Amino acid sequence: MNFLQIFNQIEEQDPEIYGRLDTRRDAMRSFAGLGKKLALTSLPFALGSMFNKAYGQTPTGVLDVLNFALTLEYLEAEFYTLGVAAPGLIPAGAATAAITTIRDHEIAHVAFLKAAITGAGGTPVAKPTFDFSGGNGAGNGPFATAFTNYELFLAVAQTLEDTGVRAYKGQAGNLLGAGDVLEAALNIHSVEARHASHIRQMRKANNFGDVKPWITGVEPGLGAANSLVQASYNGEDVITQAGISITNINGQAISSNAASESFDEPLTKAQVLAIVDPFIAG
Amino acid sequence: MKVPEKNGLENHDPLELQKVLHRRAFLRYTGYAGTAIAAGSLITLASCKDSDDDNENGVNFGSGDFAILNYAYALEQLEAAFYTQVIASPFTGMTTGEKSLLTDVRDHEIAHREFFKSALGSNAIRDLEVDFSSINFMSRDSVLGTAKAFEDLGVSAYNGAGRYIASADYLLLAGKIVSVEARHAAYIRDLISNGSFADSSVIDANGLDKSRKPREVLGIASTYVKTKLDASTLPA
Repeated sequence: MNFLQIFNQIEEQDPEIYGRLDTRRDAMRSFAGLGKKLALTSLPFALGSMFNKAYGQTPTGVLDVLNFALTLEYLEAEFYTLGVAAPGLIPAGAATAAITTIRDHEIAHVAFLKAAITGAGGTPVAKPTFDFSGGNGAGNGPFATAFTNYELFLAVAQTLEDTGVRAYKGQAGNLLGAGDVLEAALNIHSVEARHASHIRQMRKANNFGDVKPWITGVEPGLGAANSLVQASYNGEDVITQAGISITNINGQAISSNAASESFDEPLTKAQVLAIVDPFIAG
Repeated sequence: MKVPEKNGLENHDPLELQKVLHRRAFLRYTGYAGTAIAAGSLITLASCKDSDDDNENGVNFGSGDFAILNYAYALEQLEAAFYTQVIASPFTGMTTGEKSLLTDVRDHEIAHREFFKSALGSNAIRDLEVDFSSINFMSRDSVLGTAKAFEDLGVSAYNGAGRYIASADYLLLAGKIVSVEARHAAYIRDLISNGSFADSSVIDANGLDKSRKPREVLGIASTYVKTKLDASTLPA
């Protein structure tokens, strides 16, 4: 599709198109990233530059979202990289294959987001120094044995994945109308959910926790580690959506557990940053 | 099979969508501009049929966010009807653990279906008739293969539809649902072949899941839907 031609035609048929745009800000939000989504697609560069010229650069808000996502992906990528490299941690065979698959996705997400940020005229944030013990750099936090204790490793993995799903979801509204950027974020979001589902199945299969592939209420299912990760699950017990009660909705036998499971809930950026803060040194 | 009638909440319109849509006039305008011009006229933008109209072209989804929500509602109707049958007539060899989790999946899909029905109120499309004649519900392979197709399709449908949603509230709701569909997809895939939860048939080299446009999705889904659907008001 030739976007430039389309917009030329719009202008022909509707010379007042630009007067119809609600606000300049809305216009920017709507076209953020349209011309900036890497070499992945055949890009409407003409459209991108047209809107850059007309409305300024990519909105700061979109770049903020992408850099926030990049920080989380750095965290996940390094966690799995260290996990796969840790001798004797992950059983050979299906488990190592699965964690390697997840690691590779997180590494790809880092590269993708860096390219997207650069392509949109922004500067990717640098990778923080991580402390996967959860000790803020001291190395002696509650997860200090995560790379020697397989059960703890999977518990942290589950929490990171579930948190990642909630983090992306919480940013969707900030990408409203951002076209390709929103779609790419959604494309990452559902991958994180697939990861979460699989990690949960791994934990169940190893009798590490009585968890399902989906989140029930606010129960992390991590046993002794529950209190350490509770913030990642608080608020997941919502059973009313848009003012509509989901439990037994319209006379259907939907339990409150099923009502909670059937909708994943978002976390705000501040909530996510508080959750991951112990993993960041300094 | 007819999806059971529910007592509708015809006057329920919790999010005052229309108001939101007017605020978002720009988004609506640009969202459909390409389609409209290809059709030769912008005038068609102004005329939109009631979403529950059935015409010779089939069930009409309505316009703007209503169309996207009805599209999601259609897919959830399909999934809910499927898993209802899966649990009503379990395939040979279904384990207790599988039956428990597949019952969860059924309940999630019913919850999604009923949520959209209530949220859309009088703008909701009617109950769709499904056609599962191609599925052998006694066969594990047939049922899980279909479930995988439905879940992956659902994920790609929500991923592809997000950009057309004008209301932040409904974008978030779609986000709340799509990750649950992705959890289902991974579970079903692992039932078929452990470790296939996010294999290269759905995740590309950038680590991105699939998106599909509404008309492609409905084309794929049409095998299982007897009711004729009119996708003309959905983004191409």
